[in-house]
Amino acid sequence: MTEHALDIRNISKQFGGIPVLDNVSITVSEGEFVALLGPSGSGKSTLFQMIGGMMRPEAGNIMISGRQVTGERGHIAYMPQQASLLPWRTVAANVELALEIGGVPKAAARKETRQWLARVGLGEYADAYPHVLSGGMQQRVSFIRALLSPQRLMCLDEPFGALDALTRMQMQQWLLSIWEENRRSVLLVTHSIEEALLLSDRIVVLSAKPASVLEQIPVPFDRPRDERLWSTPLFNEMKEQIYELLKPANGAGGAGQA
Amino acid sequence: MGSKLRRGWPPLAVILLFLLAWQGVVMYGGIKPYLLPSPIQVIQEALSDKVWPRLVEHTLATAQRTLLGLFLGTAAGIVLSMLLHLLPGARRGLSPMLILSQNIPIIVLGPLLMIWLGFGELPKIVLIVLVCFFPITVAMMTGLRQSDPRLANYLAMIGAGRWTMFRRLELPGAVPYLFSGMKIAAAYSVTSAIVAEWLGAKSGLGYFIKLSASGFFTARVLAATGIIVLFSLLLYGLVAAAERWFVRWKPQGEGGGLQP
Repeated sequence: MTEHALDIRNISKQFGGIPVLDNVSITVSEGEFVALLGPSGSGKSTLFQMIGGMMRPEAGNIMISGRQVTGERGHIAYMPQQASLLPWRTVAANVELALEIGGVPKAAARKETRQWLARVGLGEYADAYPHVLSGGMQQRVSFIRALLSPQRLMCLDEPFGALDALTRMQMQQWLLSIWEENRRSVLLVTHSIEEALLLSDRIVVLSAKPASVLEQIPVPFDRPRDERLWSTPLFNEMKEQIYELLKPANGAGGAGQA
Repeated sequence: MGSKLRRGWPPLAVILLFLLAWQGVVMYGGIKPYLLPSPIQVIQEALSDKVWPRLVEHTLATAQRTLLGLFLGTAAGIVLSMLLHLLPGARRGLSPMLILSQNIPIIVLGPLLMIWLGFGELPKIVLIVLVCFFPITVAMMTGLRQSDPRLANYLAMIGAGRWTMFRRLELPGAVPYLFSGMKIAAAYSVTSAIVAEWLGAKSGLGYFIKLSASGFFTARVLAATGIIVLFSLLLYGLVAAAERWFVRWKPQGEGGGLQP
């Protein structure tokens, strides 16, 4: 069996007797972009906190690059929903800190940070404090920070959820262009069907609470992709299909509410 | 600069009006100078050849004590807040004791310190330190506990340990709180220096005031008081300026604390 970047096996978790995750198994292959799609409150964030080692599952295992990491922290590069930049550090210093925590030597972290910030057009903001950046720009920094982190698996937790629709579309394009050059293993949590279709190689659809894997859908579009994808018949057909799966009326959804 | 002037004029006008009223009452109310001298008389007395050199000397003595005490008090306050924050159980165990210690009036603490530490410089500095550390410890401890849970979650997710968390998140986040505490401590330090000098010293404005008051040199008392007020303001201004430098990462208009 090949080694997966992430291999989640039969995870279950409950809070105060209420099951949140029910026997969830997900894999991310090396260099694969997997989107985790589910209704709000379906336990996606709980799953992420467990991959990050912030809490332990009641049952099941989490393996990263073939290593048992259940309950261990520091094995992922992480991009949270809020940019989470330290306000007293400059943009560059924020990126550098994440690399240093990941174990990159100071000098190398500094060099790489400068290089990448310039490359994605944020060079002039390297020495600015985060509060002068717009929400979209802060998320770009947050993404670069995760991309440069030495941990191989990138976990993106609804990274564009707090942005307005237009900025969100630009950010998706931007992320796509950078990712397609670098092909890191990515697990993306989102509740946007379009986002999942546009960005990922495979979509894992979760049911409402307690979350279980409803279906795994390979995304057939060729790379590099661009926004013209939105208007193709197949894109819209798949969107419909996934939407049907996620409808609250769906049997597996139970009484859960989207 | 222009906007500073616009915001600054109402308090300045009030002070000016107060001084004018004071001057008027003394001049036309027939009040005896040893009871209440006018502002002009106070200034004349302060600048007289007999008084001015002594005022300068005593001001320097007070300033030296205050600055040393404030510096040591701040250092003690910071170290204590860190210990209370980092050592499990220390905060719960020591907080009541800390608060109790603040209920001892400094007018009582002063003589006690002199009994224990003699009549030299040491008991005076210790008194200032004891008064200053408390607001700093309390403010800083609050700041250390106030770190943004989202940032804490992010750092934990990427594998930051306890020490990294403290050094990179909690400590820098507590700096604005530290300055709020320092502003209060700066004001306290001057007052406690004066009390210490009053209780037993051979120099300082507190000593000078005590001496002048017993001789009914009211103008000298008021002159020294004026210097104390100006010195307090200067100290506050210095702390506020340091705050603006150290907390420059905050968006404009979110600077905490009292406006001078």
